[in-house]
Amino acid sequence: MSLSVHIYKELRDFTLNVQFDSDGGVMALLGASGCGKSMTLKCIAGLETPDRGTIVLNDSVLFDSTKRINKSPQARHVGYLFQHYALFPTMTVKGNLYAAAQRLPQEKRKRAVDEKLRTFRLETAQNLYPRQLSGGQQQRVALARALLSEPECLLLDEPFSALDNYLKWQTELELRELLKNYRGDVVYVSHDRDEVYRLCRDVCVLADGRSEPKRSVRDLMEAPWTVSAALISGCKNFSRVQRIDENHVKCLSWGVTLETAQEVNNVCTYAGVRAHSFHIARGGEPNRFDAKVVQVIDDTFSTILMLLPDGGTSAIRMELPKKEWAALRNPSVVLVGVAPEQVMTLSGEL
Amino acid sequence: MDWFPLLNSLRIAAISAGIVFFVGVAAAYYIARLPRLVKGVLDVVLTLPLVLPPTVVGYLLLCVLGPRRVVGAWVAEHFAVKLTMQWWSAVFAVSVIIFPLMYRTARGAFEGFDETLADAGRTLGLSNSYIFWHIRMPACRQGILAGAVLAFARALGEYGATSMIAGYTPGRTATVATEVYQLWRTGNDALALRWVLVNIVISAAVLLAVNLLEKKEGRS
Repeated sequence: MSLSVHIYKELRDFTLNVQFDSDGGVMALLGASGCGKSMTLKCIAGLETPDRGTIVLNDSVLFDSTKRINKSPQARHVGYLFQHYALFPTMTVKGNLYAAAQRLPQEKRKRAVDEKLRTFRLETAQNLYPRQLSGGQQQRVALARALLSEPECLLLDEPFSALDNYLKWQTELELRELLKNYRGDVVYVSHDRDEVYRLCRDVCVLADGRSEPKRSVRDLMEAPWTVSAALISGCKNFSRVQRIDENHVKCLSWGVTLETAQEVNNVCTYAGVRAHSFHIARGGEPNRFDAKVVQVIDDTFSTILMLLPDGGTSAIRMELPKKEWAALRNPSVVLVGVAPEQVMTLSGEL
Repeated sequence: MDWFPLLNSLRIAAISAGIVFFVGVAAAYYIARLPRLVKGVLDVVLTLPLVLPPTVVGYLLLCVLGPRRVVGAWVAEHFAVKLTMQWWSAVFAVSVIIFPLMYRTARGAFEGFDETLADAGRTLGLSNSYIFWHIRMPACRQGILAGAVLAFARALGEYGATSMIAGYTPGRTATVATEVYQLWRTGNDALALRWVLVNIVISAAVLLAVNLLEKKEGRS
């Protein structure tokens, strides 16, 4: 099982430049909205044509600009789950599935459709129209329909964005099971790092149309390489830095010098620290500094502090368990610390 | 009362609307895909009959189909058929006049179509003709049907171009519209009024049908 994508395409706002090789399993394309994720999927499915590059799926060349190969979407055998599912509104659930079964020999259609109706628990809904279904049911129909055409890979475009929170979780559990049993490559497009963390093995961060090298999801969350990867992984605090030596950076926005566990290389431009990586420090530990409490915001399950370090120009965001903050009794200055392992050294621009 | 004019009007309208339905839908579908400039030019040309006086359309048609003109003379020579002054000559005139109605409504309906549905069909391996007939057309059905009915209604009422190209021969080319004019001209007011009423009833019924179609569309 393999999917290899190397494409360039000039777009109005940016140039799409996506490079990745997936070898089975679920790979995420993670990026903010409008960064080219959906466009990448459309290129793989043949709905859009890249300017240059190659797309190869399991030894079959779908697109190669130098050899002038550009297979039609019909010939690519790629399953596509659209963001809003794109169910045919004038057909019932059963009709939608039969439409997708067109490619099968006549005598196999009914069995294949019945089988999908059963496995996706759609038997009772089979005669309803898409607008009569719940969001979760719609997604099941869309998945069943995509799988009926026996695709060699699955493209999932923000599969949960059309669902409300409660349904989301239920549907995610179902999708998990399905992905576990699916043998082809899966490309999972999302802007939600938590979803990606739970469902995917590898991840490719996409920022302004440009892809970063593929990594495991765990690696990305622990040590992002670039500012854009850190941003999409949920990091809230960034400071431009000056390298001091291989384990020390001077954070210009915060006016402090931090020790890092990661080696500081020459392309390091920023330091990033997650909001929950800061803690209230005691004396004697490295990376501690005084900061003035600028704002206290009561969040759902934690307290958010906006802190201005002495000598700094921009505030940092710190998240504390509510109890811990209450125990401090409203100080106007706190001693903040961050472990060297928690300081991310990043390249690129904000 | 001789019902021939009504029969003639209905068959002319039905044939014209039938032809224009297919040509108009095809034009709407293909023109929507053309580059902007070409689309703009074609749009103007194809919509002109809607705003031109029907007599101008009739005049232009006679310039082409008239017995001594290019097409008319050629057909007369090879098939020994005159293209004007037949009951079906009116089909030419009426088709041109109602074409913009069908074309415009069909284009509006197609433009409102969610292209991701066609994309979904393509990734599922469905042929383009399957997508057109089973996905695109059903989704746009109400808009297109409303356009067809409106075109049919307009066809029933066509007078100017029809009278120029098919003339008025009682029992041969007379339509409701030309009949009313003739009866009024010859002072037969009572009969003219009857035809006027017949015309109003039929047109109102057709428009009612359009409204019902549009209402149904709004609901779904």
